Amino acid sequence: MIPRYQKILFVFLLLASLAMAVGLWELRQRAHQRLIAGQDSAPTSAPEVAPAEQATLLVANDSDGSLLPQVHSLPLPADPGARARAVLGKLLDLYAAPDAAHSVPGGGNSVTQVFLLPAPEIGTVADAAVKPKSGGFSINPPAAPPQDAQQTGPQLAVVNLTGSFAASHPSGIETETLTVLSICGTLRANLPNVTQVRFLVDGLERPTLAGHADLTRTYLTSDTAPAEGAHP
Amino acid sequence: MRWTKWTLAALVAGGLAGASASAQPAPPASQARFVVVLDAAHGGDDTGGRLSDGQPEKTFTLALSVRLRSLLAARGIQVVTTRESDATVDPNKRAEITNHAQARACLSLHASESGSGIHLFASSLTPAQPSRFAAWKTAQASSVTRSLALEGVLNSALLQAGMSVTLGRTTLPALDSMTCPAVAVEVAPERSALHEITAGLDDKNYQARVATALAAALVEWRTEAHQP
Repeated sequence: MIPRYQKILFVFLLLASLAMAVGLWELRQRAHQRLIAGQDSAPTSAPEVAPAEQATLLVANDSDGSLLPQVHSLPLPADPGARARAVLGKLLDLYAAPDAAHSVPGGGNSVTQVFLLPAPEIGTVADAAVKPKSGGFSINPPAAPPQDAQQTGPQLAVVNLTGSFAASHPSGIETETLTVLSICGTLRANLPNVTQVRFLVDGLERPTLAGHADLTRTYLTSDTAPAEGAHP
Repeated sequence: MRWTKWTLAALVAGGLAGASASAQPAPPASQARFVVVLDAAHGGDDTGGRLSDGQPEKTFTLALSVRLRSLLAARGIQVVTTRESDATVDPNKRAEITNHAQARACLSLHASESGSGIHLFASSLTPAQPSRFAAWKTAQASSVTRSLALEGVLNSALLQAGMSVTLGRTTLPALDSMTCPAVAVEVAPERSALHEITAGLDDKNYQARVATALAAALVEWRTEAHQP
């Protein structure tokens, strides 16, 4: 014989369970609706087609270790960050072509973002390399300059590459160095204010590109002189 | 008591000898021992690049290091290696070994399937004056000028051996922390003007030619280092 108080307790717990289940279902539905609303990718403004402009790309050649400037016509956005990403995308598209002299798979989508920030005052690469990295890149000056000064003064470009690009990049000192230098040189040729370049891979710092070229340091675009070649 | 006297006499004699030795001028740098460090890149978990014959870069670099060590030892050059087996060696540890050896030259050995011939790289750090305390990540800055000179000697020897050479500057973590003249040597297949491979990395004859040319360059470097 089940006591009466146990029956009442059982019914109460059953009702509580059902109420909680209904509540959870309702919360789940609301969360789902919020997610759908957040992912609404319908365009809110018509895409603008940027006019084609001349861009100078510093194209690498594995056979002689050279970096040669090539002029290409491509649509370039007005925004400097998007402009930098467009020229680097074109450069990596050239490297992904089957007959490329510096063959690197990945193509233009390998550059996720290019952030342009006010450059810290660095005298040499040596100074840049020993800059403390804790808490970011130490790129913020004590007082934030006005917007105009940020766009006209020396800039640090932070190039964010995809992990798949780094993973598929051929391993070797020459090929990795040429990729890094051609990116730096191309940024310098098209955005003269960019004096320093840093690299991220999937948003994180990575020791090397594919086992050789150091990606933890700041590269100076003034150091992107083509490598000398010597042949018998 | 006799033992004490002898000990005292020996200590006094040793002290005098030490004092006379310390009074002598230090031997000139040209007469100092000549040590070469061979740094076989990668190793252990770090396989490096994958070469065309399927072998990892770490195996090629170790084989080249062993071969070059033998050639240098046969020429009376003291050699220190950063690894003798398939072991993982941290870049900082490689620089530590090199700096402790007080080497007169260091070759960091690499291999790649891209490019052609031999690629020689010195550090891209801006040359700086030697200082008592050097930053670890830029310790090579005070030796960059000597590294470029070593690169030139290597270039001459390799060209003399009939190989194509590409010179450049790069940023390698281990290389930038070395305090001695240091050059990264990357061996790539030999290619014709039509970019066809004429000697692959698995070609034993090619490997021997590279090692012999590098050994000849280091002998030349020793001769230059010993000149007043």
